[in-house]
Amino acid sequence: MQYHTPATFGDAVAIASGAEGVTRFLAGGTDVLVQLRSDLVEPDNLIDIKRVPGASDITKNPDGSWTLGVAATGAEMSEHAELGRDWPGLVEAMDLIGSTQVQGRATLTGNLCNGSPAADSVPAMFAAGVTVSVTGPDGMRQVPVEQIPAGPGKTNLAKGELISAVHVPARRAGGGDAYLRFIPRTEMDIAVVGCGVNLALNGDTITEARVALGAVAPTVVMVPDAAAAIVGTTLDDAALAKLSEAAAAACNPIDDKRGTIAFRTHVAGVLARRVARIAYDRAKG
Amino acid sequence: MSKIHVTTTINGDEVEFLCDPRETMLDVLRDRLGLTGAKEGCGTGDCGACSVTVDDRLVCSCLMLGAEAEGKEIATVEGIATEEKLHPLQKRFIEYAALQCGVCTPGILVAAKNLLERNPDPTETEVRYWLAGNLCRCTGYDKIIRAVMDTAAEMREAS
Ligand SMILES: Cc1cc2nc3c(=O)[nH]c(=O)nc-3n(C[C@H](O)[C@H](O)[C@H](O)COP(=O)(O)OP(=O)(O)OC[C@H]3O[C@@H](n4cnc5c(N)ncnc54)[C@H](O)[C@@H]3O)c2cc1C
Ligand code: FES
Ligand code: FES
Repeated sequence: MQYHTPATFGDAVAIASGAEGVTRFLAGGTDVLVQLRSDLVEPDNLIDIKRVPGASDITKNPDGSWTLGVAATGAEMSEHAELGRDWPGLVEAMDLIGSTQVQGRATLTGNLCNGSPAADSVPAMFAAGVTVSVTGPDGMRQVPVEQIPAGPGKTNLAKGELISAVHVPARRAGGGDAYLRFIPRTEMDIAVVGCGVNLALNGDTITEARVALGAVAPTVVMVPDAAAAIVGTTLDDAALAKLSEAAAAACNPIDDKRGTIAFRTHVAGVLARRVARIAYDRAKG
Repeated sequence: MSKIHVTTTINGDEVEFLCDPRETMLDVLRDRLGLTGAKEGCGTGDCGACSVTVDDRLVCSCLMLGAEAEGKEIATVEGIATEEKLHPLQKRFIEYAALQCGVCTPGILVAAKNLLERNPDPTETEVRYWLAGNLCRCTGYDKIIRAVMDTAAEMREAS
């Protein structure tokens, strides 16, 4: 294995483009190192992106949107009070990942690019409408985060491409987001179902909503029907029932030791209601 | 395989070492530098026995490459006491018998010290969450939590 420490994303792309065999990028290493040590994946080339200047920065832009560096850790996100006020759901989803020690290293981009359908921050990023800068041999493009996951352990990034920044939209007045997951323990476990909701209100009425589910399909999924079920409502009982139904209908889960298909499908509906309620209360302020 | 030359600071001392690119910081500490305080409980980030701080940030040294230490400040359990004096946390751990086999103890001391530097007055819930990634098979945690809470109170009084 060759270990590289490029000083720019351009250099990282050049190394990745020319590399033979298996290439991995190293952000926090909390997936890469586990896979390396358990002999699941030994990269031929490991490209550490943490020495790129600014890679750990968390910046609020003049228009209220946020640019998060790809090496910014969960701990740094949680310590950023203003980010937490704008995007409490995104920050709480990231904060659920692992222990204090794991938080000291883990990143949003690593969570996304590791490609787990149960990745906790990913439904929250989907719901928030996050976009990412993809830098590759042909330059840079900005793509919605939903276009990155391709299946368990797989992304749609091409050879030589990496994510160079994470963009979170501005939080407008009357908006709120939330994330919850179900796990059999209270800490340190993998989501059986995860759900992220982001919504905007006009008075008491929901004008926009985005709902995403994790761990119920080969990738994290957007559930437009669940969003449609609550837009135009005040999140009354009828709307919540429709939301649950739509969330359950979007499930295509696996049966495993953590949960059966029937259980995951049921929990998706329950979580969607709870998360929507929290997001709604946050939006009301 | 060519080795990587790394210059870093460990417990305040400048240290240089050569390591294989696959080697973790934990391997480097234990096998190259003879700092065997950090333990390998799992090697996969689950147990916290290998906890160290890197630029004051608590991490699992089993999930970090030795090569990543370049230019960083690392602190391990070996740096907690001075020649003649134990750290208040260490004294309380002994006094309360907050350890049995002791495998988890170095990681818990490093983690607890880092918490108290950030938050001198944590609630019990905050201490429990902070240490959730430090597993102990022996003590049942209660003595550990009490030792940390009482050390925090003692250090607040002293300052
Ligand atoms: C004890 C423990 C508990 C955990 N608990 C959880 C949990 O509760 N929920 C959860 O979702 N996850 C959990 N994880 C998994 C892991 O911590 C997360 O997925 C984390 O967010 C990964 O981020 P990282 O920066 O460490 O990624 P890394 O390990 O550095 O990288 C992960 C993947 O992303 C790719 N990558 C990294 N950066 C880029 C980039 N800029 N561009 C393109 N590709 C990139 C790498 O090539 C690699 O394939 C846990 C892990 C451990 C060890
Ligand atoms: S040995 Fe590092 S967490 Fe267990
Ligand atoms: S004292 Fe034995 S593991 Fe904690």
